[in-house]
Amino acid sequence: MQTANLLPLVLVLALVAYGLAYMRSRAVAAPLGGIRNLKALPFYYAARAALWCAIPALIVLALWAGFEDQVIQGIVIATLPPETWPQSPGQASLILSQISNVAEGKLNPEFVPEHIVGAASVLEAMDSQSGNFKAALVLLVAVSGAAFAWTRVSPHINARINVETTLRRIFFVCAALAVLTTAGIVFSVIFETVRFFNRVPISEFLFSTSWSPQTALRADQVGSEGAFGVIPLFTGTLLISAIALLVAVPIGLLSAIYLSEYASKRVRSTAKPVLEMLAGIPTVVYGFFAALTVAPFIRDVAEAVGLEASSQSALAAGLVMGIMIVPFVSSLSDDVINAVPQTMRDGSLALGATQSETMKKVIFPAALPGIIGGILLAASRAIGETMIVVMAAGLAANLTANPLESVTTVTVQIATLLVGDQEFDSAKTLSAFALGMLLFIVTLLLNVVALKIVRKYREQYE
Amino acid sequence: MSNQSSQAEIVRNSLKRRYRKERRFRLYGMLAIFLALGSLFVLFADIINKGHSGFVKTTVTLEVNLDSETMYLDDPTDEEQRSMADFVAPVVAAMQDYFPDVESESEIKQLGRLLGNYAASEIRDLLKNNPDLLDTTQTIEFLAHDRVSTYVKHADNPRYSIKLSEQQQGWVDELVEKGVIDTGFNDVLFSRGDSREPANAGILGAIVGSLLTMLVTLAIAFPVGIAAAVYLEEFAPKNKFTDFIEVNINNLAAVPSIIFGLLGLAVFIGLFGMPRSVPVVGGMVLALMTLPTIIISSRAAIKSVPPSIREAAEGVGASKMQVVMHHVVPLAMPGMLTGSIIGMAQALGETAPLLLIGMVAFIVDVPEGFVDSATVLPVQIYLWASASEQGFVELASAGIMVLLTFMISMNALAIWLRKRLERRW
Repeated sequence: MQTANLLPLVLVLALVAYGLAYMRSRAVAAPLGGIRNLKALPFYYAARAALWCAIPALIVLALWAGFEDQVIQGIVIATLPPETWPQSPGQASLILSQISNVAEGKLNPEFVPEHIVGAASVLEAMDSQSGNFKAALVLLVAVSGAAFAWTRVSPHINARINVETTLRRIFFVCAALAVLTTAGIVFSVIFETVRFFNRVPISEFLFSTSWSPQTALRADQVGSEGAFGVIPLFTGTLLISAIALLVAVPIGLLSAIYLSEYASKRVRSTAKPVLEMLAGIPTVVYGFFAALTVAPFIRDVAEAVGLEASSQSALAAGLVMGIMIVPFVSSLSDDVINAVPQTMRDGSLALGATQSETMKKVIFPAALPGIIGGILLAASRAIGETMIVVMAAGLAANLTANPLESVTTVTVQIATLLVGDQEFDSAKTLSAFALGMLLFIVTLLLNVVALKIVRKYREQYE
Repeated sequence: MSNQSSQAEIVRNSLKRRYRKERRFRLYGMLAIFLALGSLFVLFADIINKGHSGFVKTTVTLEVNLDSETMYLDDPTDEEQRSMADFVAPVVAAMQDYFPDVESESEIKQLGRLLGNYAASEIRDLLKNNPDLLDTTQTIEFLAHDRVSTYVKHADNPRYSIKLSEQQQGWVDELVEKGVIDTGFNDVLFSRGDSREPANAGILGAIVGSLLTMLVTLAIAFPVGIAAAVYLEEFAPKNKFTDFIEVNINNLAAVPSIIFGLLGLAVFIGLFGMPRSVPVVGGMVLALMTLPTIIISSRAAIKSVPPSIREAAEGVGASKMQVVMHHVVPLAMPGMLTGSIIGMAQALGETAPLLLIGMVAFIVDVPEGFVDSATVLPVQIYLWASASEQGFVELASAGIMVLLTFMISMNALAIWLRKRLERRW
């Protein structure tokens, strides 16, 4: 039976367990003189039965669904004659896909060796049995859990404490999921990165200046050596992010200042949400805008003044990305500007300074650390942004500082290397994980520093 | 005394300059806001300008004589006969009725190319479903070929190149005049999946894919996010591990989305062996990505419930869990819902992580379940935007308009909920 069907079935069973335990607790209470003689309300006995029914069954189901394929594949491989056992993971996946194709009838059994046909019939049998085993096991666990809870409906046992402790543990697991996610990210990039550095030395990755991850399929092909130098990717990322910040910081900062110091309440209450809309627009929309409107426009303008511009110029991606991060800069600066105590403003104004002088000489210096924190957060956003650069920036790794030329970025390379089918153990695929690791570390550092600055600054005025 | 007056003099003399500076500074601020709002306006205008024609389809309505002899078909229910029959002939014959002087073989071929590539299969399906129509004359509406469609919609737009011959253009002009070629609301867009041909491509598959993915995301992120927020606000002991969880959540909120795609690829697909390109995996990845947003906003909502409520409940003998589940969570629910809807809107527009888990495949069929290969709206837009045929650009813009409509209505719902349900203490 499919997981999709088992899931609602388990939930229905839990509901049945709830109802039965509810009635049972009332029945137990009746001869004692009503539910006030129970240690807990009937609801808690019922909820405990439902939890006992559902939680173990769901855990079994999740484990089974998670590891079913590996276990079956392992058993199928083990049934092969020992001399045909695969030597490498690549070979194993080849054999397995052959076996499953035969089992599904996509591949004529006459074309493959006999041991594969045998394995295919094993696979077929196991696939159909596995579903039945899973269903039987899950239902057994669910029913026995419910039965156990049923026997424990007794006036002396305080079911409320059980239920509350379980709930609290579930809540804890949910909160700890954040830690698990981080761990998952770190491990998923670390393993592949280590494998990558076994093939390509880390010094080449960090210091070489050429990037062309295409490795040839055959050893005798031209250009079979891929080059994995991250420097051109990094300069490309920095170039585009720098353009983005050059757009976003002045616009974001000045609009935050205007909105917090000059604008009337009415203007503020309409302009601010509209400005925030810029942050809510999906990045694929910005990418579309950059690639199909801004980039051709820039090329035409550059041609008109006699410059040569690529149709995938860094300038187009940077400009549009800048527009996208304006709201980040403006709302963060708005927060810190508003956090500067009113007394400082009043003091400056009382000395005869104009509003702009107060802003430039008193408030801005006081808010500067917070603003820098905000800019760092915006920078980390720009570095990690993917869709705009995938659509509007190029693929070729150029080491250049000319914004009219095409550059590529770390995120573009991750996306292009991993889109579509890929073999899991080529240096090309693994390099994407190394890039991901680099990206994760850089953005993490930027965030940590920025959050520290912002927090420290906030404490200063509180 | 004279010293003082000279200082006043200095100040007075500099005032003009200082006021000018003040005005200039103010102007800069207004300019910045104008620039930001202006680019938003330009963005919307550009997309509407590019995309409005995506909602228009070009049709060719013909009187087709479904003659059994021209088609070499006696029995439409017989599959073998259907596969041998010539369904192009009756359509071309119907076109020829309008241009009796077109006789040479190559010209007839050119004439036939005004229709979409699927005209013949439309007739086949019609006959398959209604075998009685054989040997009758039917009025059938066909989709025009993309080139015709581009010519009819964008003849005077220099951005589009017209790929019809002079002769074909003449034919099309004549047919438009006769009302045979007409334009109408593009219902194909909302009733089909992707296609290699722009006229035949729709976003229904992507919308359904998005819906399935969002359902998975919601089913995971909403309960888990609220439970985590409740734990951190109400139950967490003050210790190092709790601090560690909080640091993790804050950092995850700022991790680039593509990194979550790497996580999905390595853990869900690589380690657990889940299938690629399916809404379940996409939804799980997006759930992990939206969790921090939901947790942070839910915590803010819980914090805003006044302590007096908690104290009152505890005073009448409620346990800590009862205080939370019976009083705090229901009162914080509007804020939690608002935060979740905003997080879901973000997830709806997310593209990058889904590229890595294979939701970029070319999928024609509308997905029917959580483990069917599917794509989502933003990815569909990305695919169309990078397609080489010019007809896809207007479809991509039309798709963007649909996506933005969804997102704006979700945000509007969040604002409405907040206004409607939020209580000020």
